[in-house]
Amino acid sequence: MAHRIEIFTIVNDTKSAVMQQRLRARGFMVEAAKVVEVYTINKDFTNHNLQKIAGLLANPITQTCLTDNYTKNTDFDFALEIGFLPGVTDNIATTAKETIEDFFKKKLKNEESIHTSTLIFLKGKLKKEIVEKIAGNLSNPLIQRAHIKSHEEFATEKGMDIIVPKVRLKPPKKISEIDLNISDEELAKLGKEGIPDKYGTRRGPLALSLDYLHTIQKYYKKKKRNPTDIELESLAQTWSEHCKHTIFAAEIDNIKEGLYKGYIKKATEEIRKAKGKNDFCISVFKDNSGGILFDKDWVITDKVETHNSPSALDPFGGSITGIVGVNRDCIGFGKGAKPIINRYGFCVGLPDDEETIYRDQKLKIKALSPKRILEGVIEGVNAGGNQSGIPTPQGFIHFHKDYKGKPLVFAGTIGLIPRKIHNKPGWKKRAKPGDKIVIVGGRTGQDGIHGATFSSEAMTTSSPATAVQIGDPITQKKLSDAIVKEARDKELYNSITDCGAGGISCSVAEMAKESGGCVVELEKMPLKYPNLEPWKIWLSESQERMTLAVPPKKLKEFQKLMEKRGVESTVIGEFTKNKRCIVKYENTTVMDMEMDFLHNGLPKKKLQIFAPQKSLPLTFPSRIVEPSNLTQTLLEILQRPNIASYEFISRQYDHNVQGGVVLQPLQGKGKVNANTSITKPFPDSKKGIILSQGINPAYSFIDTYHMAACAIDTAIRNIIAAGGTLDHLALMDNFCWCSPNEPERLGQLKAATKACYDYATRYGTPYISGKDSMFNDFHGFDEKGKAIKISAPPTLLISSIGVIGDITKAVSLDPKFSGDLIYLIGETKEELGGSEYIAHQNFIGNSVPQVDAELAITIYRQLEKAIDKRFIASALSPAIGGLAVTLAKKAIAGQLGMEIDFGKIPFRKDFFLFSESQSRFIVTIDPKNQKEFEKLFKGLPLQLIGKITNDQNFIIKGIISTNIATLNQHYRKTFSSW
Amino acid sequence: MVKPKVIVITGYGINSEEETAKSFEKAGAAAEIVHINDLIGNPKKINNYQILAFPGGFAYGDDTGSGNALANKIKNNIQNEILKFIAKDRLVIGICNGFQILTNIGLLPGVLMHNNTARLECRWVWLKNTSQKCIWTRDINLIHLPIAHGEGNFYAPPEMLKKMKQHDQIAFKYVNENGSPADRKFPINPNGAMEDIAGICDPTGRIFGMMPHPERFFSFENEDGWELKKEKLIRENKPLPKEGDGLKIFRNAVEYFNS
Repeated sequence: MAHRIEIFTIVNDTKSAVMQQRLRARGFMVEAAKVVEVYTINKDFTNHNLQKIAGLLANPITQTCLTDNYTKNTDFDFALEIGFLPGVTDNIATTAKETIEDFFKKKLKNEESIHTSTLIFLKGKLKKEIVEKIAGNLSNPLIQRAHIKSHEEFATEKGMDIIVPKVRLKPPKKISEIDLNISDEELAKLGKEGIPDKYGTRRGPLALSLDYLHTIQKYYKKKKRNPTDIELESLAQTWSEHCKHTIFAAEIDNIKEGLYKGYIKKATEEIRKAKGKNDFCISVFKDNSGGILFDKDWVITDKVETHNSPSALDPFGGSITGIVGVNRDCIGFGKGAKPIINRYGFCVGLPDDEETIYRDQKLKIKALSPKRILEGVIEGVNAGGNQSGIPTPQGFIHFHKDYKGKPLVFAGTIGLIPRKIHNKPGWKKRAKPGDKIVIVGGRTGQDGIHGATFSSEAMTTSSPATAVQIGDPITQKKLSDAIVKEARDKELYNSITDCGAGGISCSVAEMAKESGGCVVELEKMPLKYPNLEPWKIWLSESQERMTLAVPPKKLKEFQKLMEKRGVESTVIGEFTKNKRCIVKYENTTVMDMEMDFLHNGLPKKKLQIFAPQKSLPLTFPSRIVEPSNLTQTLLEILQRPNIASYEFISRQYDHNVQGGVVLQPLQGKGKVNANTSITKPFPDSKKGIILSQGINPAYSFIDTYHMAACAIDTAIRNIIAAGGTLDHLALMDNFCWCSPNEPERLGQLKAATKACYDYATRYGTPYISGKDSMFNDFHGFDEKGKAIKISAPPTLLISSIGVIGDITKAVSLDPKFSGDLIYLIGETKEELGGSEYIAHQNFIGNSVPQVDAELAITIYRQLEKAIDKRFIASALSPAIGGLAVTLAKKAIAGQLGMEIDFGKIPFRKDFFLFSESQSRFIVTIDPKNQKEFEKLFKGLPLQLIGKITNDQNFIIKGIISTNIATLNQHYRKTFSSW
Repeated sequence: MVKPKVIVITGYGINSEEETAKSFEKAGAAAEIVHINDLIGNPKKINNYQILAFPGGFAYGDDTGSGNALANKIKNNIQNEILKFIAKDRLVIGICNGFQILTNIGLLPGVLMHNNTARLECRWVWLKNTSQKCIWTRDINLIHLPIAHGEGNFYAPPEMLKKMKQHDQIAFKYVNENGSPADRKFPINPNGAMEDIAGICDPTGRIFGMMPHPERFFSFENEDGWELKKEKLIRENKPLPKEGDGLKIFRNAVEYFNS
């Protein structure tokens, strides 16, 4: 029989205090909420042993336990228990199980298990309906169950019930044959809704379009047989937009080779050629991450992924699997890079938007509010990044009302790998015929089935619940350490890759390209619970797994090492050279396909639907009345979510673990969020990795070409401002688009991609890796049941990574000493289209900032020289919010006053102060360097605009007059209670 | 001079082992990173070392309480060897998660509870040395160090605290930059610890646990606000220092065996 242990915290019960606070913040006026940890022990133990177990799980000073008993304390009105649904990852239970097994020196049997849940005793004038609402608010029905008892029920039934959430599946049918001799209408349905089971319900989208299905139909006609379900599912995964990036690969108008090859990849190829022997690219676009040289012995890698769809459904789960997943893109680079820095980026709806939208017409399924989504995604990266011991100094948040239905969650990881390992390139790998296919890390369950095809579909009610997963960072940490800190340098494997979207169906098939084929025996996969159907084993996206090619003679040593590190490793087959992907289940062949058809059989898309960008109905900014009190306007703008301090995020993300961070995410005495960070990976070297990014989705409403140009310029100039150089600087592109089936959206995409080519080649900054996510649309219903579609703004995130030769020359953004001179470098034009200022007035505008790359390069080169000569005491580049916001942030950071005089302003004062013209800097310098500094910028737009003062006043002559404390107070107001 | 040998424990989510080992090396010790399973597999190995270090991290993801699961693993398997080790003239340090592990094993008193802010705090703090006995904090008055923890709120029942004071076990307290008491005020005291306690030692002064991370301040550029110090030194035409103050703590351990 199963047992229950309840653990009560009696000293400093923070969890209960936080719960009460959270419920009150969400409008539930509870008087008290007592949180109790519950362990359900699904194994027979004597009460004596049960008490011993409780002793292992609770702290003797601060906690007390009940074993198979219930509290007689009557000071509550309702008891609410939230636990996991069967099959959902329960990390604490896993640890508890290991502790119990270690203590009794006896493994739990298959049918025995441990589970955790949270019991909350609520006190207050509450009705059951309200408690049900609380339950709905605290739990996610996709992954959790909630159980409510009133005080009376609790007393008469002697506490809560013992619930053992074990997955029980019937023995599977090994294989189904799918008849493809069906009408086009039936085919289309098959593609859209998936393979029908015997009851007629469908498995979920294959996301195969009709032309793809016709190709498959033809292939099997020639084979004179029908495909198996696994074959069809496998093709759907491999040919998905997520895996093959069909839109970026498609011929589009005059671009025969497609947007990716014709613009992005081409830019990199041309830049590398032009750089000649100064080319620093090592491995670009072909591996899980991109790799560039750090110094002569080391390669640094970078990759940014998105996890948008899962984060909309379960923000915490979506973002933790996002960050932990992209860590594997690092571990899966070359022979395995060590993750050393994490990046994050969250684009969400307006934090105060409380208007409910629904996924279904019956208005039963609410979409999560932007606030809930933001809270969840922040927490996910917190758990994933912190527990993995990878610093997270770099990131941003961005808000726009149109991210409400589909948030964008970016997660990136920088890695470090020796250029050579035992005299062979560390960044190269190749599975050899005869190598064993070995899966390491977590076990396989139903998690994330159809994740790859899911992200190729817009979000609707039928979005599958199994797309939601929970990360287990510690299982991955053990795996990561065992691989990159031990097995790699012992040369125990020939190749490694991540099990990401599509699970082993993608990872094994991808690696099989290196050797020339594979044979997999699916029944050997270690499963979370028995009886999982073969197609699900093949497609499962369970987290924390990697696939390796281990030569037979190293297998024993490899598996022994993994065992000693507490990492499960299993041989599931062999890489071959017979040009076929063969999958078996209990000796039955369930898949047998030519590698060539699997990878290259998909028909190339031809998108001849380019329509010139429609000009939007814009309002000219001249209709905006110039505010009479610009001090007040500045204070308001400082509170806008896109500008306000998000110190609360930087503080909860460990950014100094590994001891390398040099330019921190919060800078100056006043702790202002910086957009650039520097990390020194080796304690005894002066070289550093410098990171930043640029993102300007608001400009997309006017012109995506200039939007992209601005994102690129921002990502680059942030690096220059902090001490980086154009000579050693690379970029990554993340396109998050919407409705790519609409010609206008495609037109916007093409324009943005063209800018990516134009500007990268001008700056000489190659792309080293990228990712696109094409279907960021929400289809749902408003409160009246009216169908609505919310498309995320066409978004391009440009991430930048560079190397700085001497980190002691790093420049932070805070002014250092009074008396220092303040300069504005660069041209300020009347460019307010898409600006934060115009948005504040509820307009979009039309004159979007444009980038003059030639002028910018000249400025950047001179600033590089000035920084090298140590002339620059502080620097910050104006971005959204323009000059006024940049000056204010600098003043807050330095906690020193400023006296600014712009002299004659060429156009309207408010437009001048808030224009978002690109390629500009505000720097402060020691007056003794004035002459030499000015000489460097001779003939370039440079203006001495004021000086740092000893007082706390912030004065822009004739326009703005306030003080640092007031600026600071407004800058921190918006997220002060987060 | 013989370099004292340090065993730096890793595994199961410990994540600061490399910078901890590096800091010991810079301070003049010979450090070796050893997986806990390798030590459990060969418990006598511990006798090869003079210093035992439990670095920071997230052992078992803090599941079942921070430091608890790894402490259970140690108690279940190598309790005796550890007790024999500390009975000799040896040193032990636990940093952050390592401190939590030491209290859960029972080598140090008290408990580290959730921060009052109920979330991980990553920031720099000032500490004042308040013990004459602690080997690890010798010759340090004030020190600036980073923290990054979610459960650093030190607590001991009154009787226990009284005993700790009697034995001069309170080694570090959170203070203002000028050395005045934090009086549990956030963020000077970043977690709400009773009496602003940031680090403690055992009655011998040899076993030491602290929440802040000295191993993350091994070079000048690690320090929060170093950019301002740098600018000042440059204007004064002075050279930039190389080392960070965090090394002082590791150097104290090395000197203990060399004096």
